Amino acid sequence: MEILVFVKRVPATDSKIKVGSDGKQIDPTGVEFVLNPNDEFAVEEALKTKEKFGGTVTVLSVGSSDAQKELRTCLAMGADKAILLEADTSTADASAIAQVLAGKTKELGAQVVFCGKQAVDGDDAQVGPRVATRLAWACATDVNALELEGDAFVATRDIEGGKEKIEGKLPAIFTCQKGLNEPRYPNLKGIMAAKKKPLEQVAATLQASALTTAAVTPPPERPAPAILGEGADAVSVLIDKLKNEAKVI
Amino acid sequence: MSNDVLVFVEQRGGSIKKASFEALSVGRDLASSRGGSLHAALVGAGVQGLAGEAAKYGAAKVFVCDDAKYTQYSGDGYAGATKACAEASGATVCVFAHTAMGKDLAPRVASLLGCGLVSDATSVSVSGAEVHATKPVYAGKAYKEYVSSGVTCVSVRPNAFTASESPGAGETVSVTPPSDDILAIVKEVLAASSDAVPLQEAQVVVAGGRGLKGPEHWKLLEDLAAAFGPGVAALGASRAVVDAGWRPHGEQVGQTGKVVAPPLYIAVGISGAIQHLAGMSTSKYIVAINKDADAPIFKVANYGIVGDAFEVLPKLTEAIQALRG
Repeated sequence: MEILVFVKRVPATDSKIKVGSDGKQIDPTGVEFVLNPNDEFAVEEALKTKEKFGGTVTVLSVGSSDAQKELRTCLAMGADKAILLEADTSTADASAIAQVLAGKTKELGAQVVFCGKQAVDGDDAQVGPRVATRLAWACATDVNALELEGDAFVATRDIEGGKEKIEGKLPAIFTCQKGLNEPRYPNLKGIMAAKKKPLEQVAATLQASALTTAAVTPPPERPAPAILGEGADAVSVLIDKLKNEAKVI
Repeated sequence: MSNDVLVFVEQRGGSIKKASFEALSVGRDLASSRGGSLHAALVGAGVQGLAGEAAKYGAAKVFVCDDAKYTQYSGDGYAGATKACAEASGATVCVFAHTAMGKDLAPRVASLLGCGLVSDATSVSVSGAEVHATKPVYAGKAYKEYVSSGVTCVSVRPNAFTASESPGAGETVSVTPPSDDILAIVKEVLAASSDAVPLQEAQVVVAGGRGLKGPEHWKLLEDLAAAFGPGVAALGASRAVVDAGWRPHGEQVGQTGKVVAPPLYIAVGISGAIQHLAGMSTSKYIVAINKDADAPIFKVANYGIVGDAFEVLPKLTEAIQALRG
């Protein structure tokens, strides 16, 4: 089975984020970049799928040449090969990324694609379902349990106040999240092996984006915090504030 | 090009989600700023009867795509049906609630319409022919404002906008279901517990962290949640306590869990790591109870109490109970 994983290089969650001088992007100076945490679940699920059904796991990313580092991480986890579609993605929206990924997915003849439920930079949660729609494939998003049997799947996802089980057939795209599996850590052997695994870099052309970024700004200020007091004695002050100032109780 | 706005109205099992009333209210404001009309899209089986609900929030027309094959949710099935409604309505802006369903559906509809989608928006406005929508990015450490002309989709964060009624004509228009095969469909819905309020829909979220010292102390949080009365408060948890196995993952609030924006969020014994803040920092009022006066949670909290949760919680529960009489 041809198994594909879409991955993305993103700022580590605990990085300090500063707005860049153009006011439309973040300033990458001093920011540590990592494999999107949600993509770790996707890589793990791809590896488990290969262990069960055989096949090849290819990781695919659209971005700058720097993303080689994150692709090597995936290879060290156990993926067989990596492809980097090199493009300037600084102004690209999800529709442009989905278009180029859909094209490559078709070209590679994949039967199943895993990706993270969303990248923790833009938190768009769009690329997986968009690619599936372009290819007219089945898709289940935010998956936290998956059973594959032949070409049939049952995927479980959380909904408000419960869970739903989705049935469909491959080819399909699954967007993965915590709960689906426990991603393995790359061991030393994996890291050494990854250096010799193929990482292909191809120049890609992105279509024009539908959305334009007007501005990136620091988050709106929250009202100045008020420490009302210490211990149980402060409860009556809190109740008064919630009732008469916030009016939420 | 029309200036009309279409709102996807989410129903499950014959009842409409509150977040959809918020989306309708957003759509109504957009339509009026653009000088267009508000319409609603209803997809399901036997759902015509719900059209009147959408009309209460201002829908001039309700486009209903009704078929037995839509009895259960299907991402691809509902996307095709919503696209058919969008085309029938001639609307150039489509609004969704960023719920579990909306999050799954909106990108597919945007893809079918060949347009951009601003997902999980916390503010939306109109400037001439342009739509401006702003959303949190980088775990809420920055906000991004997108601008779009032409056809645009926006999904709006539940609880970030107010639902307000303002009646519309609500003329029902039947839309022929597309003949495409359904590729994937919900076969089973497992409800958590019938009387529990879904975390994302709760008016009050009572969330606990490591400061509670062990799963056996959750009774204190359950009591506080119950004090608000039935159907009001839901329990949340920090990543640390979910990873420790104290609470189920379904309760996790934060980057790898759920994003909530209730009117009142009470964080107990939660330090406030950025991963947690990403899931709750757009809550309207945040209360923090923590022993450590330097905990980052106090920076986002409107009201803080420095103190031991085991002392403060019973008092707070008692006071809330007393208020309700």
